[in-house]
Amino acid sequence: MSSEIRFTDFKSDAQPTWCPGCGDFGTMNGMMKALASTGNHPDDTFIVAGIGCSGKIGTYMHSYALHGVHGRALPVGTGVKLANPDLEVMVAGGDGDGYSIGAGHFVHAVRRNVDMTYVVMDNRIYGLTKGQASPTSREDFETATTPDGPKQPPVNPLALALAAGGTFIAQSFSSDAQRHAEIVQEAIEHDGFGFVNVFSPCVTFNDVDTYDYFRDSLVDVTETPHDPTDRENAKSVILDDKKEYQGVLYREEKAASYTEQHGLGSNMSDIPGGAPAGATDLVREFY
Amino acid sequence: MYADFNWAIGGEAGDGIDSTGKIFAQALSRAGRHVFTSKDFASRIRGGYTAYKIRTAVDPVGSVVDRLDLLIALTPRTIEENLDELHGGSVIVYDGERTTMQNVEIPEEMIGLDVPLKRLAEEAGGAIMRNVVALGAACEVADFPIENLDSALQKRFGDKGSSIVENNKKAARAGQTHVAGEYDYQEFNYDLETTDEDYVLLNGDEAIGMGAIAGGCRFYAGYPITPATNVMEYLTGRIERWGGHVVQAEDELSAINIALGAARAGARSMTATSGPGIDLMTETFGLIATSETPLVICNVMRSGPSTGMPTKQEQGDLNQMLYGGHGEIPRFVLAPTSIAECFHKTVEAFNLAEKYQIPVYLTADLSLAVTERTYPPEEFDMDAVEIDRGKIVDDETVAEWQTEDGKFRPHAVTDDGVSPRTFPGTSGGAHMTTGLEHDELGRRTEETGMRVRQVDKRTRKVETASEREPFEPRTFGDENSDILMMTWGSTEGAMREALTLLKEDGVDVRFLSVPYIYPRPDLTDEVESAEKVIVAECNATGQFADLVEHDTLSRVKRINKYNGVRFAANELAEAVKSALNGDIEEATEVQS
Repeated sequence: MSSEIRFTDFKSDAQPTWCPGCGDFGTMNGMMKALASTGNHPDDTFIVAGIGCSGKIGTYMHSYALHGVHGRALPVGTGVKLANPDLEVMVAGGDGDGYSIGAGHFVHAVRRNVDMTYVVMDNRIYGLTKGQASPTSREDFETATTPDGPKQPPVNPLALALAAGGTFIAQSFSSDAQRHAEIVQEAIEHDGFGFVNVFSPCVTFNDVDTYDYFRDSLVDVTETPHDPTDRENAKSVILDDKKEYQGVLYREEKAASYTEQHGLGSNMSDIPGGAPAGATDLVREFY
Repeated sequence: MYADFNWAIGGEAGDGIDSTGKIFAQALSRAGRHVFTSKDFASRIRGGYTAYKIRTAVDPVGSVVDRLDLLIALTPRTIEENLDELHGGSVIVYDGERTTMQNVEIPEEMIGLDVPLKRLAEEAGGAIMRNVVALGAACEVADFPIENLDSALQKRFGDKGSSIVENNKKAARAGQTHVAGEYDYQEFNYDLETTDEDYVLLNGDEAIGMGAIAGGCRFYAGYPITPATNVMEYLTGRIERWGGHVVQAEDELSAINIALGAARAGARSMTATSGPGIDLMTETFGLIATSETPLVICNVMRSGPSTGMPTKQEQGDLNQMLYGGHGEIPRFVLAPTSIAECFHKTVEAFNLAEKYQIPVYLTADLSLAVTERTYPPEEFDMDAVEIDRGKIVDDETVAEWQTEDGKFRPHAVTDDGVSPRTFPGTSGGAHMTTGLEHDELGRRTEETGMRVRQVDKRTRKVETASEREPFEPRTFGDENSDILMMTWGSTEGAMREALTLLKEDGVDVRFLSVPYIYPRPDLTDEVESAEKVIVAECNATGQFADLVEHDTLSRVKRINKYNGVRFAANELAEAVKSALNGDIEEATEVQS
C-alpha cells in the first residue's frame, strides 16, 4: 500500500485560512510527507487537533480526525490509540494548547509513553486571539496583555518532556522542510511517544521569533557531536540557555510503549452481538 | 417478632467494619436469605464512626428501616449513633475488656452481651480476628447456622491459605460458644431461617461494571472519586479478559477525553465519576454531542455542592445532567432505580449511545452504588443481553454514504437524525469531525442553512428515540388509586416497601418509578387523572418534581430529604401520610 500513497493523499480540498506565510503550512506539509513516507494510509490514520490556529490542521488534512476541546488533544489521541493500536495516531496543537491549558496532560502523556506522535506548532504567541503572550513567549515580549512582557521565564517544553521521562524529544523548524519532515518521520517510527516541538513562526503577531531569527540561530544537532541516546548529552542541549537546537535531542529506545506494557493489541471495536462468551462467570463471582 | 432482622457492626474507620459486614452479608446470602446492606461511612481512612448495616429476610428486601436488632459495637460512639434505631429487645455485642468499652452503658431494656472479642481472637490465633469472634456471637444470638459463616469465611480468606480459614472458623466458634455458655438464645427471640435458594450479592457500582462488560464496553477511562471508584476497580482485572482496558487518567478533564478518543476509534467506551468530576467533564460534553460520539458517562451522585458530603446520599445533580454545558446539547439521562436495574440500564445506555450517537448520562445515587443486595442469579441473564450498534457503515456499504467525489458524510442529514458511522480503518470512510458547527462532511461551517439543519438533525435524534424506544415508568401499587406517588433513582426501594405499610394503614397508592429522566415518559394522563400527586426525592429543591410540574402544568406535592441519609421505608410511609394532609405549596421534609 505504501508505494501508492503520496503525501498529497493526506491533503483535503479545504482552503487553509492561515495567514499567508504562516509557519503552520510548512509544519503540515512535513507531517503529510512523514505520514506518507512511513507507509501510512489516510483510512488508517487518526489526527487529533486542539484549539487555536494549529487546531485547524485536521480540516486541511485528509484522514480520520477529531478537532476537540482546547488543551485536551493528547487525551483524545491516547484513547484512539489504545482502543485500536493498528491506527497511526498523530496529535497536533500549539504552544497555548499544549503548554498552557494542556500542560498537565502533556506531562502525563509523556509519562504514559503511548505510541503516537505529538507535533506542537510553537509560535510563541497566541495568534487566533490576535496576539497575546503564550507560555513560550520571551520574558520581555510585549503584547496587548503583557505591555512590559510576561516577566516570567518561558516554559521549556523539551525540559518538561525530559523530566517527565520522555522517550523521544525533538525540535524542528517548519521552514527547513526536509529536516522537519525527517524529524517527524523519526517521531512516527519511534515506538512510544514521539514529541516534536516545531518552530512555526507567526508572521502577523510575533516580530521577534521570526523566520530570520530561527534561520540564523538554530543549530542542527546533526552538525554537532551530539548523541541523542545519551541523556546527559540531551540534558546539556535542552537546558542550553544560549542556543536553540533542531533535530532529535533525546531518544530512549529500550523503554516499552504503553501498549506493549499493557499487552494491548486488539481493535476494541470488534464485539459480539450479545454478552461476550464467559460473561456468566461474572455473575457467579457474586455467589 | 418481625419478618426481617436488622444487624450492624460499627466502629472507627480502619476497624475492618466493611469487610466484616460483607462477610456476614455473604453468610446470610449463602443461607438463602435476602440481604440489603447500607453503610454509614466517612471520607477518612482512620478514626471517626463507620458502620455496615444489614437488613435480612426470607422475602426480598429493597430498602432500609430505622430499626436495629443486633449491633456489634466496637466503640461507645457506635451505640450513641444508633440510639434512635435501637429498641427494647435489641442486642448489643461489645468487648467489655476493651479500654474504651469498659464503662459503656447499655440502654435500658436492651440486652448487652459482653464478649471478650480480642481475648478470644488471640486464643484462636490472632487479635485481628476479633470481628469474626463477634460474627460467631451474632450467629448464636440470631440462631443462625454457623456453617453459612464458614462458607463466607472460605470465600473471603480462601486465597490466603487453609490455616487462615481454619483460624477464622475457630474464632467464630469461640464467639458462638461464649454466648451459648453465658446466655440462652431463646431470650433474644431471633431465629434466622435458612432456605435452599441461591442468591448473588452485589452493589450498584458492581452491577454497572458487570453491565458494561456484558453490554460490550471495552474501554474505561476515569479518575478516582467517591462513590464512583468501585466501577473502575470492578472493571480493572476483569475487562482485560475480553480485550478491554482501564486507564486511570490524570484528572477528569483527561478521563472523558480519553474515553471520547476510544469511542471515536469504535470502542464502546465509558467513564464514571461523581458531581465534582461531572463539573470538569462538562467542558467536553458539548463536543461529544456535536461530534455525535457515543459515550456513556456514569454519574454516581453524592451530596453537594462543591465537596459537600462526599460519602452521603443525595439526588442533587439532576439539573446538572439535564442542562449542564453551554449551548443546547442533546443528550439522554438514564437513572436506574435498583441494583439489578443498574445492570440492565447500563446495557441499555450503551445501545442508546450507539444507536443515536449521543452522550448518555447513566446516574446512580450513592445509596445504589454502595448498597449490596441479593438477587436470584437469573436476574442477570447474559443470554438475554442484546447489542445494537446502530448505523454502522463498513467497507462494502460506505459508498452509499459518500458524496459524488467520494467523501464520507459522517453528519449526513437524515429523516431520523441519525447519520452513518464508520470506524477508523474503514476504507473510504475517513472524515473529520469537530466541536465547531460543521457540514455533512464534518467541516467547519457558519452557513445559516446548514447550521439549522445540523441543529435540527441532532435534536431530531432525541425525538426519534422518544418515538422508538419504550421509555416507560415502572409501575407499582394500586392502579386504581387516585393518589399518585412518583420517585426516581434509588428511592424506588423504600417506596415499594412503603406501599405495603401504607396499605396496612388503609392508604392505597399508585406508584410510578421513573428511570428515564431525558427523554422521559409523558406523565400528563397519569398526573391529570390523580387527585393527589406526590414526588419524593433526596434533594432540597425537588428537581424531579419541577420537571413533572413543567411537563404536566400541574402542581405536585413534594417530599424532600437532604440530610445525607436515604429514605427508610417506614419514614417515607409516614411522610406520604403527612403529605396527603399538608398544604401542596409546602414541601414535606424528612430529615431523620
